[in-house]
Amino acid sequence: MQLFLESLFNGVAIGSVLLVAALGLAIVFGLMGVINLAHGELMMLGAYSTYITQLIFKQVSFLKPFYDSYVIVAIGIAFLVSGTVGVLLERTVIRRLYGSPLETLLATWGVSLILQQFVRSVPLAYASGLVVALFLGLFSPLFISDYLLSGAKGKLIRACTWGFSALVGVATGGILSSLVSKLSRASARNVDVTAPSWMRGGIDFVGITFPKTRLLIILITVISVLVVIFFLDKTAWGMRIRAVTQNRPMSDCLGISTETVDIITFGIGSGLAGVAGVAVSLLGSVGPNVGGNYIVGCFMVVVLGGVGNLLGTILASFSIGIMTDLIGAGRLLTIWPDMPSPIASTIDFFATTSMARVMIFALIVIFLQFRPTGMFPQKGRMVES
Amino acid sequence: MTMLQIKGLNTYYGESHILRDVDMNINQGEMICLIGRNGVGKTTLLKSLIGLLTPRRGEIIFNGDLVNRKPPHQRARSGIGYVPQGREIIPYLTVEENLQLGLEALPGGLAKHKKIDELVYELFPVLKQFLDRKGGDLSGGQQQQLAIARALLGKPKLLLLDEPTEGIQPNIVQDIESAVKRIISETGVGVLLVEQHLHFVRQANRYYAMQRGGIVANGPTSELSKAVVEKFLSV
Repeated sequence: MQLFLESLFNGVAIGSVLLVAALGLAIVFGLMGVINLAHGELMMLGAYSTYITQLIFKQVSFLKPFYDSYVIVAIGIAFLVSGTVGVLLERTVIRRLYGSPLETLLATWGVSLILQQFVRSVPLAYASGLVVALFLGLFSPLFISDYLLSGAKGKLIRACTWGFSALVGVATGGILSSLVSKLSRASARNVDVTAPSWMRGGIDFVGITFPKTRLLIILITVISVLVVIFFLDKTAWGMRIRAVTQNRPMSDCLGISTETVDIITFGIGSGLAGVAGVAVSLLGSVGPNVGGNYIVGCFMVVVLGGVGNLLGTILASFSIGIMTDLIGAGRLLTIWPDMPSPIASTIDFFATTSMARVMIFALIVIFLQFRPTGMFPQKGRMVES
Repeated sequence: MTMLQIKGLNTYYGESHILRDVDMNINQGEMICLIGRNGVGKTTLLKSLIGLLTPRRGEIIFNGDLVNRKPPHQRARSGIGYVPQGREIIPYLTVEENLQLGLEALPGGLAKHKKIDELVYELFPVLKQFLDRKGGDLSGGQQQQLAIARALLGKPKLLLLDEPTEGIQPNIVQDIESAVKRIISETGVGVLLVEQHLHFVRQANRYYAMQRGGIVANGPTSELSKAVVEKFLSV
């Protein structure tokens, strides 16, 4: 019983990291069909946002009393940061490449390299200033009435908002770099996010210790999944997104602005990558390459679950998580101690984290040979057409 | 009063020239039927009107505005309802959600409007039974009714109907015919209908006949002679 619980918990913990990372991809790749190889780098930006938020809470005097809650603030900030960069990516690169997956793949791979080098060579304070400027520049026109934005004066007002945003961005960068000295120099080294005291240690339950960071990640995952499901199923924008992903030209003819839907969908998918970045930053050190460790796993989860199917994504990530734990920790041997020696030695061979990954990817490849559309393919009379 | 005016419209599919100098006028509340054999460009004309295809030359003036360059969603919001050939129901949305999407063309969109006009259920009672079903699981005739209902909910001023009776069992064809008639009399909407069934064609006020991408004849449907019918309808 204890063994089973521990195994299940570990599997769910690994699975929930995968799930929160794959959730954004399930929207961007699953719903929009955009192969975004920069998704991992959006996660990396989320992880860096956590780091920056933590430093700000540590250094700025009036925020110090609230240091313990920086993780929660970081989730929101990471969502906004990655979402902003995602929207910029959609507007400048991906928008021009809809319908040509190979070019999208190459272009987003290029973007991922740019982003990796960007965090290496640009001081984080100025990088944050840039993101703030982009955020204000992209989204402030939404709060200005359409009347002011129309015609010739509209162009002027738009230019003014960008100028204002640039100023705010430069100011943010300057203030941050003078307040937090660690952010004022560029560095290619990995950084560490330290968990606040209430997140250290674990909770004991029937003789097993559940680490609190893992529990928090599971909680973040559950909340993200619930929010995404609620958003897609119950809100007006969710309905528009579902309509556009299923029949783009007809949705356009019904009065849905497909351009706006694309921006919102991509922004939310990217924002979720940022939330995943917060989770990732709690597990290990944060570096420019952190996203690369997750991107393959994310695509595997989405494909295994059945493209465009959220429930499939959830089940796929948990089954991969549990499998990883069963194989990687050699738990099968503990469960069945006196298994024949050839099997035992094979299992023993795969009982490391990296070999478990090899085994699982091999299993997924074999599975997809028989079910190419994943665990939950789309059904019904409309599939053939 | 002229609601839609088309002047010298030329549309291409890639390099192939489909519509050649099409001229047409539709008045408010008028029912116009567009006839012609397969492949003469009727669907292309409708697609150019809603904005799925961009004409290379010519003008489309709707309610006094030049709409040539506007994307489909802006035309839908300005009052053009489109029922395409093949229905184009959103397959994994329920019938109710498909109907709600029709409200998107109203000012404020579907976030502001939730209520589905009872007239729709009166016209097509079958939709009320299947509200929770997936749109893609309905039969062809039911999907056609849903597509018309959906377009109607946006309170259009002009309704574009592309072969609404194509491939549908005869008893539903009658339902659709009478529904369209009732829609015109109750809402005063203008209708541009592409149709092959002579019976349905005869209910229009005027007809335009197309051949090889151009309008070759037009006039009141009462003057639609047997010779014209045989020439332009594939019976």
